Amino acid sequence: MKSYIGKLTFWKCMAAVILAAGAYATFVRFTSGLGRATNLSDIYPWGLWIGFDVMCGVGLAAGGFTIAALVHIFNVKRFEPILRPTIMTAFLGYLLVIVGLMYDLGRPMMIWHAIIMWNPHSVMFEVAWCVMLYTAVLALEFAPMVLEKFRMSRTLNILRRVAIPIVILGILLSTLHQSSLGSMYLIVPDKLYALWYSPYLPVFFFVSALAAGCAMVIFESSLSARVFHRGLEKKILDEIGRIAVVVLTVYLVMRLMDAYYRDVFSLMFVPRMETYLYWFEIGVGVILPIILLAQARVRRSRNGLFIGAVMIIIGFVSDRLNVALTGLQASAGTSYFPSWMETAVTLAIVTFGFIAFSLAAKYLPIYEHEVHHEGKPLQEVWAEELSLVSQQP
Amino acid sequence: MITRKAMLIDVTLCVGCNSCQDACKETNHLAPGVETKLSPTAYVALEEHNGVNVRRQCQHCESPTCVSVCPVGAFTKTAEGPVVYDEAKCIGCRYCMQACPFRVPRYEWTSTMPRVQKCRFCYERIRQGGMPACAEACPTGATKFGNRDELIREANARIQAEPDKYVPRIYGQKEVGGTSILYITSVPFEQLGFNTQLHTEPLPELTMNALSKIPTIVTVGGVLLAGVYWITSRREEVHRAEGRKPAPARNGAPLESNS
Repeated sequence: MKSYIGKLTFWKCMAAVILAAGAYATFVRFTSGLGRATNLSDIYPWGLWIGFDVMCGVGLAAGGFTIAALVHIFNVKRFEPILRPTIMTAFLGYLLVIVGLMYDLGRPMMIWHAIIMWNPHSVMFEVAWCVMLYTAVLALEFAPMVLEKFRMSRTLNILRRVAIPIVILGILLSTLHQSSLGSMYLIVPDKLYALWYSPYLPVFFFVSALAAGCAMVIFESSLSARVFHRGLEKKILDEIGRIAVVVLTVYLVMRLMDAYYRDVFSLMFVPRMETYLYWFEIGVGVILPIILLAQARVRRSRNGLFIGAVMIIIGFVSDRLNVALTGLQASAGTSYFPSWMETAVTLAIVTFGFIAFSLAAKYLPIYEHEVHHEGKPLQEVWAEELSLVSQQP
Repeated sequence: MITRKAMLIDVTLCVGCNSCQDACKETNHLAPGVETKLSPTAYVALEEHNGVNVRRQCQHCESPTCVSVCPVGAFTKTAEGPVVYDEAKCIGCRYCMQACPFRVPRYEWTSTMPRVQKCRFCYERIRQGGMPACAEACPTGATKFGNRDELIREANARIQAEPDKYVPRIYGQKEVGGTSILYITSVPFEQLGFNTQLHTEPLPELTMNALSKIPTIVTVGGVLLAGVYWITSRREEVHRAEGRKPAPARNGAPLESNS
């Protein structure tokens, strides 16, 4: 018991330190400019905030549209219990991506320009719009959790009617911007190292986002079970683990075929930093998780699932950082490493996400759902809920 | 029809006097002082490679990458040739810097309202029939301003007149679809810091390959998803109408047996 209290205080201390450092870094960033707070330069205009906060943040929130698709469109009802926490994770994730962006943009107060100044030739324009619209979609998918808390049955009713079109819109928007994050790098064939540059970057980014979504579902469920003393939805996570194996295998085959057609197999054996990073990304992030999670024994164990998920996440983050940062190093002729302030801001944003999620889990009906409704058709569930909500005084 | 303007830089004629940078700084009200690299206060700079002076600045590409990638359209390719930047639109995303194949745009990192800075090709002067300050200031004619097609002809003529002196290539003629700044030299371009591996296709085409597929993805995807929903939700309606329980939660449920 004492060790548990000690652990909790440790995390709270860590959080306090990180948030304090982040606050100071925020002050420097907005009073002295990007140059003072970051290690960005003309040769390395994008760093940790784009490489991690945006590129990884968006991908790690991909569970939102995948589970919503499975539950609402493909009608796989048994995943319903994890839908709400996944939507919560996704919604928070996108909000935090936008926060990160406000730090990175040179003129964040002009961010609204994209609404009226259009350049449809720009991938970033498309990403900006899709992220904007999809965050709104997530807000609508998240709203019922708040509306139920405040028993606003009429608004809930309206939302129910438009739920399916909203989910479809969300899936389309997600497909577009998850792949477009990869498309952003199509325009630098001379700068991105050949092990990563490919005309199929958008496809790779999309498929890896699917895998990352699965991994985050397992990760979030496992952590929540531990922290909030809830049961783990083991059967569901077992299946999610299997889906991850399939997605990762497809991804691996695609990457290898692409490497074959672009004739870069020889690069995989050149002794240099890029090669090691590539093997780490594919080995830890793709091959090992496939081997581990393909075994039922591993999928049925709490730790096995968790470790598999963590590996996928690590591999996913490595891949994005390799495309955004290290893969550009050779052509840049110089290296980049985030400043402590950049790191502090990123960690603070992540910490804030954890805190926000635990608050939401505590005060909003994210998990109460699953006890009553597993297996029932959605229409019946909503009808029940509405009657419950309108009956209460 | 407005003719495309360009500048021909004959590296063999450059004596490194830096008049181009001085004139540029004065015309654009930039902080004075010699700079050997591009910066927010140096739109043009004389880089020294193996004892040879090469002036570098924005190439004012025919199919500019910066114009293509800017989400708010802050860059414009004008009819006369110059690629101009509108700081009022800029949100500071720095995609232009990330994408430029020549790594030209420089950023005001120490400002709280930073701008992207690069050569403007003295657009106002050109529009009024004048020439860029650097071309006017160059004492040896190493920098020559004129119509793009004429300058290409002249460059070829110079190369053909002295084939032992010049490398038989006009840098900027075809790179990434062609640029407005053309170079001829006697020292091989690779030794002067030029990227000689650039493709001839304009880079924006690579993005267009992906972006052009979006309407199809949205329309086909939308119909597909709506259709799948229709099918999967029908299944339960049918089950209920036939008086059976809704589709069981487990996968691999048995097909309808005699009921």
